[in-house]
Amino acid sequence: MDLEIQQRVKDLTEKYGAENIVVLLGGAEAEAAGLSAETVTAGDPTYAGPLAGISLGLMVYHVLEDEVRNEFDPEVYDEQCGLMEMVLDVDAIKQEVGSIREQYTQFKD
Amino acid sequence: MFPVIKGASYILVNAPDMVIHNGTTQTLERETNPDSEYLKKAPEHLRAFDDVVAYPANQTYIGNFDPIELGEMARPWYDKKIEGASRFGKFGEIMPQDEFYGLMKISDAFDLVLLEKGFTANVKIKFEAHNLLKGFSVKLGNGVEIEEIEKAVDNLGAEGLYMNGRLVGCVKRAHEFDKALTAHVMIENLAVKASGILAVLHLVDKFGINKDDIDYIIECSEEACGDMNQRGGGNFAKAIGEVAGLKNATGCDIRGFCAAPTHALLNAASLVQSGVFKNVLVVAGGSLAKLGMNGRDHVKKGMPIMEDILGGFAILVSENDGINPVIRTDCAGRHTIGAGASPQAVIEAIVASPLERAGLKFNDIDVYAPEMQNPEVTEPAGAGDVPTANYKMIGALAVKEGQLEKSKLSEFVKKHGYVGYAPTQGHVPSGVPIIGHGREKILNGEITRFMVIGKGSLFLGRMTNLFDGVSFIVEKNPGKTEEKTVSKEEIKNMVADAMKEFASYLFQK
Repeated sequence: MDLEIQQRVKDLTEKYGAENIVVLLGGAEAEAAGLSAETVTAGDPTYAGPLAGISLGLMVYHVLEDEVRNEFDPEVYDEQCGLMEMVLDVDAIKQEVGSIREQYTQFKD
Repeated sequence: MFPVIKGASYILVNAPDMVIHNGTTQTLERETNPDSEYLKKAPEHLRAFDDVVAYPANQTYIGNFDPIELGEMARPWYDKKIEGASRFGKFGEIMPQDEFYGLMKISDAFDLVLLEKGFTANVKIKFEAHNLLKGFSVKLGNGVEIEEIEKAVDNLGAEGLYMNGRLVGCVKRAHEFDKALTAHVMIENLAVKASGILAVLHLVDKFGINKDDIDYIIECSEEACGDMNQRGGGNFAKAIGEVAGLKNATGCDIRGFCAAPTHALLNAASLVQSGVFKNVLVVAGGSLAKLGMNGRDHVKKGMPIMEDILGGFAILVSENDGINPVIRTDCAGRHTIGAGASPQAVIEAIVASPLERAGLKFNDIDVYAPEMQNPEVTEPAGAGDVPTANYKMIGALAVKEGQLEKSKLSEFVKKHGYVGYAPTQGHVPSGVPIIGHGREKILNGEITRFMVIGKGSLFLGRMTNLFDGVSFIVEKNPGKTEEKTVSKEEIKNMVADAMKEFASYLFQK
């Protein structure tokens, strides 16, 4: 995850409280989405950014996960995400982000 | 009449020491974590020049290897070599670092580049043996003592030029205080200029172009030249044209992130079709900052650092000659400000909409060329196979529009796009790598048309969150059609006929 974005996540968490933050990912690759999920939960695995060694434990979802999908107006979802849903390896993304959430998120729905 | 693409050249520059000293991933790491494991390991992961030359994707980029064959080759490619590969190709060449330093020296109009005496003598010999550079060898001068270079690097903030870790030259700052003219900025700009010049020299040479016929140049890389009062004032185009000897041309720089080459080609095509200029050259040099951009991931995965090359290209757009493929200026695609940023909105704007205007279906485009990044470079960094992802999106939109069965999506992806073979140099892989191979395949009848798609991530400049994209179709030239003219006599007869008709009408009343 970009160092500047890590800083923004950190700042927003300090401002609003970790329990009030949900991070919504849109990465196209399972591995990259997993790394982002890990960064905002367990901490930056590359130890390069502001979240190195900081476990925020935030709630994190990928926009293609069912929990998020169900919250959308289906028409809007289809317009915004329908194409990518057809193109990406959705199962791999779900599994990767879901497993990181399972392990490191400190907040449950 | 639509303008044509008369030729396209492609060059690469192997710059292993510049990866370490000038690529931002490495320079940032040196600043923030000077003792890092990555910096220690990086030099061991740099490829030898011969390996860079024999690398299948590089051979494809300079025109010696077919992109379809590359797509059929099992990956990884970096452990494979093209037998008997040459640094010189049908479209250009792969230049080694020492010659490139020489080219930077002859590109330098302000005595900013210093090269050591012995090194200069060696480069001179190599220039003499190079068909396109022998005329420039005298401009290399005699070089300077190494002490002078050391002093400039140690005390005056000059950027060192290294060969296998040994200091052989430097680029000095162009002003004591001006942040737009620091040695860091100057070395990046001189790298753009030098690689741009090399691309132009090859274009002129490979396609038998008369330099004097070129009347306008558009440069479309991603750097900015100027001083503190006009940081991006320009003008790389004219600076490149001057050294390349295009004395009848003027020009300007066009910027638009990775989409700039497609914007530049559309501008060039418009200038030619409108008759403002007859031959417009679009050129871009390479990006020093992007060397080793994903190096950390390559090293972590035990691979060579793949981003050890600068890229460049030059394309000539000319008046319709009835032979070369035409640029369809009547159906350019564009992602408008109000179009929305979802992938669907983007593909609709830059692919579906121009197709509709041209009266074509998704299947009518033989090859789509969106982002042609080499997947072997991007996948280890988690960015995936960018061209394939784009072909999938185009295919998925074809499905949504009812022009393709969903079950045929993977077939569409395989059939309508080449595997990525261009270096991850921002503007360099963006659509334009297709033009060399695509133009040839149209001329020899293998394909009828291809689409060049340029996309740009404008948010990187922190001025807007908007996305950008433009596109155009290139297709087989239908041949010159004689414009029908009407003689004076015929006009007289036509008027007489009309008068007669009118008179008989009045008479009947």
